[in-house]
Amino acid sequence: MNTELKRTLRKLFKNPSAILGFALLAFFILVAVFAPLIAPPINPLFPDENGNPMKLDDPYIMPILSWSSDPVPPSKDHPFGMIAGRDIFYGVVWGTRTAFKIGLIVVSASTLFGIIIGSIAGYFGGWIDEVLMRITDIFLSIPFLLAAMVLTTILGSGLDKVMIAMIIFGWMATARLIRANILQVKEEQFVLAAKALGIKNFIIIVRHILPNTIFPVLVQATMRLGSLVITAAALSFLGLGAPIGYADWGSMLNYTRNYILGSSGQALAYWYTVFYPGMAMVLFVLAWNLVGDALRDVFDPKLK
Amino acid sequence: MTAYIIRRLLLLPLILFGVTLIIFSFTQILGPEKLLSAYVNPNVFDKLSNEDLDKLIHKYGLDQPLWTRYFKWINGVFHGDLGWSVTAKQPVAQAIKERIPYTLELALYAMIPVIGVGIWLGVAAAVNRDKFLDHFIRIFAIVGWSLPDFVFGLVVLMIFYSVLGWFPPGTMSSWAEQIVKSPEFKHFTHILSIDALLNGRLDIFWDAIRHLIGPILTISWLWWAYLLRITRSSMLEVLGKEYVRTARAKGVPEKDVIHKHARKNAMIPVVTVAGAMVIGLLSGTVIVEVIFNRIGMGRFTAQAATQLDYAAVLGSVLFYSTILIIGNLIIDILYAALDPRIRLG
Repeated sequence: MNTELKRTLRKLFKNPSAILGFALLAFFILVAVFAPLIAPPINPLFPDENGNPMKLDDPYIMPILSWSSDPVPPSKDHPFGMIAGRDIFYGVVWGTRTAFKIGLIVVSASTLFGIIIGSIAGYFGGWIDEVLMRITDIFLSIPFLLAAMVLTTILGSGLDKVMIAMIIFGWMATARLIRANILQVKEEQFVLAAKALGIKNFIIIVRHILPNTIFPVLVQATMRLGSLVITAAALSFLGLGAPIGYADWGSMLNYTRNYILGSSGQALAYWYTVFYPGMAMVLFVLAWNLVGDALRDVFDPKLK
Repeated sequence: MTAYIIRRLLLLPLILFGVTLIIFSFTQILGPEKLLSAYVNPNVFDKLSNEDLDKLIHKYGLDQPLWTRYFKWINGVFHGDLGWSVTAKQPVAQAIKERIPYTLELALYAMIPVIGVGIWLGVAAAVNRDKFLDHFIRIFAIVGWSLPDFVFGLVVLMIFYSVLGWFPPGTMSSWAEQIVKSPEFKHFTHILSIDALLNGRLDIFWDAIRHLIGPILTISWLWWAYLLRITRSSMLEVLGKEYVRTARAKGVPEKDVIHKHARKNAMIPVVTVAGAMVIGLLSGTVIVEVIFNRIGMGRFTAQAATQLDYAAVLGSVLFYSTILIIGNLIIDILYAALDPRIRLG
């Protein structure tokens, strides 16, 4: 295992786009972890009795620093400029945490859900399989964005509702993948041996079958993460996700729409309102896509 | 094969039944008062007494159990009645019928550059494997894959509308709209640009095209990336096959090897992706239509969903799911027809 792992890692880091992907990802992780140091969650407008700036109750709610809602171009104090009286730099930094939160929670929950459904269908087969797979077909027959949009609105908007909706409509690909893999592994000698020994079904699935099918699922989960963050942002962009003022790239871009046409005579006057949150999102998604691509090449050479 | 197609077609209404049932059940989370807003202006609610409210809820059958209401809805669907859309202020069926041509126009025009350029770039990348051009095209692809359509759409609007003033948002200019709505303008296909040509109005045709380029550019990007990746890997696989080596050994010119021998066989997986793309383009216009403020199914659905116009939501879901299911069936059939090794069953 050790030499094999070494060989895999070497292969992984020989690929320049994989290195770029991991580097970008490491950068975003650092930004997310050190967000309180990079953009301190304080409001300088309201000093406490000692004259220190007030601490924010919820660092994800961007503090309002000015009552003018029009964008203010980048300056020394606000390197990315301001919009709606809020610092764009602050939003981009804390938005990194939001992006990780959305991506990781949705991917892990929907993957887990998919693993459970797929394992049950694949292992038990028969009518259980038939019913579960037809349900999967039905869920797959509604375009993802549309389904997430409808369910989010019904649940009442907000980032948590967006995540719930994406989990409910995001498990099918994993379920199909796991089921197909289990159908293959099920007939292998070691599983038949375990069955003959009278080991419980649950133990067989968890201890013997899943470890043999888990890598493709992990690769798939990584590759899905980027596009899930895009979908969540798209929902925020449509006004269903995080409210205005929440440190979320999608809702920051939604607010930008009002200023897209620039001011009179200066078409690109407000470029920074799109550029910084947009760039953060593109790089974040790019990082996950590059990493996912690299993992796929390493673990599944067939798929190249 | 025929048996397979029949089985899939028989499954179609069953799946549509399941799809609408899921969405319908979700709308039940809202409770009767929220559902009532589809029939009564919510601003009036405050003035109504609880008794009146209950009366209204009873009048529209909102207090009946899920099954009764669902079958009532299904019964309406069979009679072509999808309910009343609050956001469009017209029957849902009518609203969908009016908006399909606009979305179809956008998707059809987008397909031409996407398929043409995507396949061309994919073949070019494969033929120049690991050379500069290949790396360049692959970077283009992976960046395109990571570029959210609403971010790119905003950039397109900024550059091509705000700065250059070339491609305005919307569906058509107001002067064109006046002519289109006048009785002299005949609607043959309901697709604006084609109707303009058939009416001999080149100015309206150009106006329609001008409004289409921005959205097309925005949705093309993602699918270029996707298509060229599939084309490249499929082409690489074929170029490694023995019959290609044989052709080269025989002295067939490299140009003919690529265009006559390899490309044809490399197209099999590409066809299925192109099929998935048609579905994707038709159902993927939501964001683009919202950004560019175009009339169409996508914007209609987005408005319906965000304003809880649930009759319109159900109608739209029915529309999109039908496209998705039939589209997937056609892809499977095409796949089997193109590749004799594949057996459907």
